[in-house]
Amino acid sequence: MTTVPVRGAFEHPLLRDYFMDAAFDEMFDGDGAIRPHYQALFTELTTLPPEEIRRRKQSADASFLMQGITFTVYGREEGTERIFPYDLIPRVVTGEEWDRIERGLTQRITALNLFLHDVYNDQKILAQGVVPREVVYTCQQFRRQMRGLRVPRNVYVAIAGTDLLRLNSGEFVVLEDNLRVPSGVSYMLTNRRIMKRTLPSLFRDYGVRPIDHYPQALLATLRSLAPEGRPEPTIVVLTPGVYNSAYFEHTWLARQMGVELVEGRDLVIHDNVVYMRTTAGLKRVDVIYRRVDDDFIDPLAFRGDSILGAAGLFNAYRAGNVTLANAFGTGVADDKAIYAYVPAIIKYYLDEDPILNNVETYLLTDEKQQAYVKQNLEKLVVKAVGESGGYGMLVGPQSSAAEREEFKRRIEADPRNYIAQPTLSFSRAPCLLEDGSIGPRHVDLRPYILFGDKVTIVPGGLTRVALRQGSLVVNSSQGGGSKDTWVLGTSQEAHAFASSR
Amino acid sequence: MLSRVADSLYWTTRYLERAEHTARLIDINMGLMLDRSRVSAERRWQRVLSAVGAAQGLGWNDDAAGMAGEPGRWVGVTTLVHALCFDTTKHASITACIFAARENARQIRDEISTEQWQRLNGLFHEISRLRTAAPSERNLAEFLPTIIDGVHLFQGVTDTTLSHGEGWHVLRVGRNLERAWSITTLLDVYEREVFLGEDSDDAGEYLEWVGLLRICTAFEAFCRVHTSDLTHERILEFLLLDPDFPHSVRYAVDALHNALEAIQQHTRTQHGGELMRVAGRLKATLAFAQIGEILAQEPIRYLRRILEQCREIHDLIYTVYIQYSVETALAV
Repeated sequence: MTTVPVRGAFEHPLLRDYFMDAAFDEMFDGDGAIRPHYQALFTELTTLPPEEIRRRKQSADASFLMQGITFTVYGREEGTERIFPYDLIPRVVTGEEWDRIERGLTQRITALNLFLHDVYNDQKILAQGVVPREVVYTCQQFRRQMRGLRVPRNVYVAIAGTDLLRLNSGEFVVLEDNLRVPSGVSYMLTNRRIMKRTLPSLFRDYGVRPIDHYPQALLATLRSLAPEGRPEPTIVVLTPGVYNSAYFEHTWLARQMGVELVEGRDLVIHDNVVYMRTTAGLKRVDVIYRRVDDDFIDPLAFRGDSILGAAGLFNAYRAGNVTLANAFGTGVADDKAIYAYVPAIIKYYLDEDPILNNVETYLLTDEKQQAYVKQNLEKLVVKAVGESGGYGMLVGPQSSAAEREEFKRRIEADPRNYIAQPTLSFSRAPCLLEDGSIGPRHVDLRPYILFGDKVTIVPGGLTRVALRQGSLVVNSSQGGGSKDTWVLGTSQEAHAFASSR
Repeated sequence: MLSRVADSLYWTTRYLERAEHTARLIDINMGLMLDRSRVSAERRWQRVLSAVGAAQGLGWNDDAAGMAGEPGRWVGVTTLVHALCFDTTKHASITACIFAARENARQIRDEISTEQWQRLNGLFHEISRLRTAAPSERNLAEFLPTIIDGVHLFQGVTDTTLSHGEGWHVLRVGRNLERAWSITTLLDVYEREVFLGEDSDDAGEYLEWVGLLRICTAFEAFCRVHTSDLTHERILEFLLLDPDFPHSVRYAVDALHNALEAIQQHTRTQHGGELMRVAGRLKATLAFAQIGEILAQEPIRYLRRILEQCREIHDLIYTVYIQYSVETALAV
């Protein structure tokens, strides 16, 4: 891959370090021309005096800190709270692009819910060999306890956060379905609030589609999943507690929805009914938006050493007296090996071709594919199926021979535990760098999908940025940050919007 | 309100009240040591330890008596005071109280106002800075007022920024129960050690008595009612039975009763009868008491009885609002 500096009309001093290669650039097309939907943003950035940009950045920083929008677990004595790193230049997605994403995600979540229902009930898809039985049964997230259990509206995954990448061709593909307890939605919404304050007139002129109704949509989704006969359900958010790195988000969502934030120790289960302990006595709980992993949610049913859950919760759930969102055992559908079968799953249940494609994935349980992977490790990325957050992976091109040998050994010892994918070149978007100039950095996109009585996807998502130059890792635990995502109306809407002003 | 939240609110103000009380207790006694006195340093500080450590049974006390090193061995004022201020392994120390208050508040950060959190967090960081410095008088001279000011500021923003609803009343319960407890304990110590003790030197007594009033921020308020004519009877009456002074036991118990009543109304609990009976009885005991009668009988027994009732109220708060059994809650 050759790196070419951007030339021509863009020799603006702010873009002195801008470069392009085969990777898709969100702002410039292949010829170095500005994409039309970035034009106004580009003009604004290059006409604002540098000190003005700096000033706005500082005031945004202060705003994050003041509101306590911070992350990372901190030690017991010294409270070291860091603000979530973010970037002031929004990522712009056109209405047409979004339309495809929205349809693709709706299709995918629908199929995955059907898959979960099938796997925990009739298992037709396994009987017909579309997905091999052993792949499902060997999945650590497969919960035998869920067999034959009815869940409201057959919705297993009510809240998902799917990670998308944009390939060199400009096509969005799915990297990962996060179907257990996806986080980050509070950052999506606070990024937006800060951006409205930082670039107000530009925001207005763009006609960005609103996302602020997410908490209401989440509440409506949870409400629609209440157990039968509970028309005025009490909804709570269940958090592992103050030491969890996403605690800020849990408190934030509870406050925005106007529901209680509870910990496991606040819940009491009596006669298979869940109550929370309040000063006014026990209050029945109907729907739990749980931000605690399966393993920890009930020490009687799962890990006995867990102090985060509530004893007896699973029995109450099995009795149909309480809804958990997401359901237990949804992890079987976002397992990295199952992922390879998602296109087949969509085809099987919906008889449609996937609108959003997968990244090519090699299954190491297949002998031929494993042989190929072992010979080509330096070109591939190997991931452990159970890990997330950028841990437990081998990035081929950046690995040493010793590391590759190590992974080869691990793959042979436990092929079910690993998958391999080609090293992806994914898109870059312009970011404001430390020195005040603008440079391209790799980005992904995580939209949030809600599935209750209907599918709701707020137009936007968390665009995560690998803030270090050259880095491909966008996870916040590994030096990643985020930026606001502006989804525009379709071109007809934009037209109507412009003429209405 | 979640029981866990009420529990944390209650302890936040209990710990803060305790930290403030201990800070003033140390500050005044440090000052008294400057004057020549018949009271030996060792006896004086044993008295201080009794005043902060006699809280057995309410569940926060540890080995306050062990502050002086090995039992029975006197370690000297500097070591003792430093431990009372900064030693986080001693639950009675000021730093331990502030840390515990902040930890409680942090668990319920979204239930209190941002201003409250900032005050408490600021106090925490200020203390963390001061306690790492080498022990010195200057350090203490900065530390003790910081604590007292910090707690006052927290109190102020609590009243002006938090809704005066259930949570606010829970904060009042914690503060006033602790206050009634600590003033009564202090009076108990002074009854035994000072009023009935062997120090009969008038000048010495006068200083000690002023000291007692100052520990309760009561000297000026006392003088306004009684002039500076100090007698055992008047001091005890003022600190125990005055209806208007915020650091009198009666005033604290009135406020406590009032807050408990408000909480009962908010929650509409059906189980609050016994709690309100005990709190009401204590309130009435103090409202209708006469100092002459108390002194004619055994004042120490009277004080001990108040402490017992405070403990009972604490236990009942837990039984009614926080740690009730599932069976009681469901059987209405």
